[in-house]
Amino acid sequence: MYVAVKGGETAIANAHRLLADRRRGDRSVPSLTIEQLIQQLGLAVDRVMAEASLYDTSLAALAVKQARGDMIEAIFLLRAYRTTLPRFGTSLPIETGRMRVERRVSATYKDLPGGQLLGPTFDYTHRLLDPTLLGDDIVEQPANREDGLEAVMRVSDILGGEGLIEPDGNMPDDHVAGDLTREPMEFPMPRDLRLQALARGDEGFLLALGYSTQRGYGRTHPFVGEIRMGLVEVEFEVPGLDFAVSLGEIRVTECQMVNQFKGSAKAPPQFTRGYGLVFGQSERKAMSMSLVDRALRTEEFGEDVIAPAQDEEFVISHCDNVQATGFVEHLKLPHYVDFQAELDLVRRMRAKQAGRAQGEPREAAE
Amino acid sequence: MQSKNQSLAGGFPDAVLNSQSVFRTLMDCMARPGTVGTVSPGIAPPAPLGIAAGAVMLTLCDNDTPVWLSPELTKSGTTAWLSFHCGAPLTREKTEARFAFLEAGAAMPPFSLFSAGSQDYPDRSTTLVIEVISLDGGPSLNLTGPGIRDITTIGPVGLPDPFLHQWIGNRALFPRGIDVVLTAGRALLCLPRTTKITAVEA
Amino acid sequence: MNPADHAPAADPRKRVMDLLARCSRGQLEAAWAQVEPKPAFARLREPETGLVMVRGRIGGGGSPFNLGEATVSRATIQLTEGTVGHGYRLGTDKTAAEWSAVFAALWQLPAMQDVVERTLLLPAEEQRAEEAAQLARETAATKVDFFTMVRGED
Repeated sequence: MYVAVKGGETAIANAHRLLADRRRGDRSVPSLTIEQLIQQLGLAVDRVMAEASLYDTSLAALAVKQARGDMIEAIFLLRAYRTTLPRFGTSLPIETGRMRVERRVSATYKDLPGGQLLGPTFDYTHRLLDPTLLGDDIVEQPANREDGLEAVMRVSDILGGEGLIEPDGNMPDDHVAGDLTREPMEFPMPRDLRLQALARGDEGFLLALGYSTQRGYGRTHPFVGEIRMGLVEVEFEVPGLDFAVSLGEIRVTECQMVNQFKGSAKAPPQFTRGYGLVFGQSERKAMSMSLVDRALRTEEFGEDVIAPAQDEEFVISHCDNVQATGFVEHLKLPHYVDFQAELDLVRRMRAKQAGRAQGEPREAAE
Repeated sequence: MQSKNQSLAGGFPDAVLNSQSVFRTLMDCMARPGTVGTVSPGIAPPAPLGIAAGAVMLTLCDNDTPVWLSPELTKSGTTAWLSFHCGAPLTREKTEARFAFLEAGAAMPPFSLFSAGSQDYPDRSTTLVIEVISLDGGPSLNLTGPGIRDITTIGPVGLPDPFLHQWIGNRALFPRGIDVVLTAGRALLCLPRTTKITAVEA
Repeated sequence: MNPADHAPAADPRKRVMDLLARCSRGQLEAAWAQVEPKPAFARLREPETGLVMVRGRIGGGGSPFNLGEATVSRATIQLTEGTVGHGYRLGTDKTAAEWSAVFAALWQLPAMQDVVERTLLLPAEEQRAEEAAQLARETAATKVDFFTMVRGED
């Protein structure tokens, strides 16, 4: 029960003022600039963009600063800002096959066209804290290799060429891509909508679910066919022009998971797939998403839903951290009246029980 | 190219304030069915789209609202104007349309071909914007229902023939049903699905 | 990847608008300083910031799905003599979007095309190619060169 309560204005105003002070911290320490956040905490900015479902590095960095580094608060801020803007339309689908890659690795093929490109990765670091970063660290310029890059072939095309893997996911011809920011959720949910939900889903939640499939709660026998990260063009059809213009480039991370094969009397066995695509550089999220995408296709492959990661309604309804935090955190708001009612009930029950203990006659109905 | 460019002119001079003022007029008129409102922003929609109809289009239509245009409007500069200013998709399927526009004298398709919304989402129905010759001076129609204290009388000139008959069918669908905005030049009045219309015997 | 790969090449204005979307506001303003005489223009669409829903494809090449939105700023202007220019770019810089629109219109005037190319488009094209090549060189340096060790059998 919700009851309007007045009062506390001064306390709230002062709390916000105190928050601003604590956010700023010691005034003798220089204030962070948005550019510093974008340049030096880029992966935090990327995560906020991915889960806020809004690509804008400056606004995401501002949100991180305003939220004092609380990622979910920053995501919430950016989601709220998003609702103030009109939507001009929908882009053409980005073409990850034409990505300007900054990283590309495959765990299924050692030698593949384009090669293994490690890019800026934490992999193979020793995870030792680096005290040189305590100061204004001097960093070398990156190494250059003059012969540049070869064309980077998609691993799914290598397997697809032999028919060993299912094709890229195709919805029925008359299917219009759904948008869960416009229409209420309904289950069962088509795969395109599930991918939209997962792409903005909480990284930690998806990571845990992906992990659970590996530990046996709905195994899918995954191999990383390919992970690629880099820049893709966003093209948009402008009303009045008969060509699509490029609005610029965005950075995305894509994961192609190759999963357990499936065959039947009619079809020879072939590998199945899970897909992950995320704004910014976030391999962990893209991998988790592809594991969960595959797990959510359980019924499509005629398998039984036995594990949490395979339960569409459970996964999709709980993967959004802004919704989740709203409902969990609302518990701290005043529930004075509900609680008074409960308190009253408990007191009456106790009084009744105490009465019985003193030997009052039992009511027949009990 | 030149003809194309014409279609880009004539939008709201001040998109934010103008659309707010038209929205306010529409809201008031929808809340008080039969009340005549006037849109003031200086816009120049491509003929035969009227000024009030154009203002409604600029205010309410956007990327999320498929729009159906009458055959005459489809052939006119309205298509490009709608696309440039509103970014709204044009649809040929009347049931998909959130808004439908008809110029004065256009043949009126049966209301039942448009979306009446669903029982769960009655708001997903089509709103018809119909241009008439004038909002007054025609045969008197009495309006009653929510938003009307006793009776409001209107006298539109050039209402499509089957309108009154079809309106009875539309009212029977409640809470589903279409809503209508009648426009004439700068003036408009609203007939939400809740309004009962009775022809006054002469 | 070569940006010319997928340009339909039909309309040269695509190249112009693609490049203008990548020019910084500073570059656009510096180029404006070099335009003489400065043409007058009217706004057909006030500069505004909004969203474009960015789509991906299921599996990378399948049916489209909605990945998430991006901020986009746009403007449309008309030069006094009638030519229309549209400016569209990622981000919230409405001023830059309007400058893009102005230059997209100016480029269509034969008398102005040369100055727009010289002061803005050719340098932007060059800068874009150089940045792409540099990124490719840095990424290529992280390519794994496998050595096959001598195996025990035969």
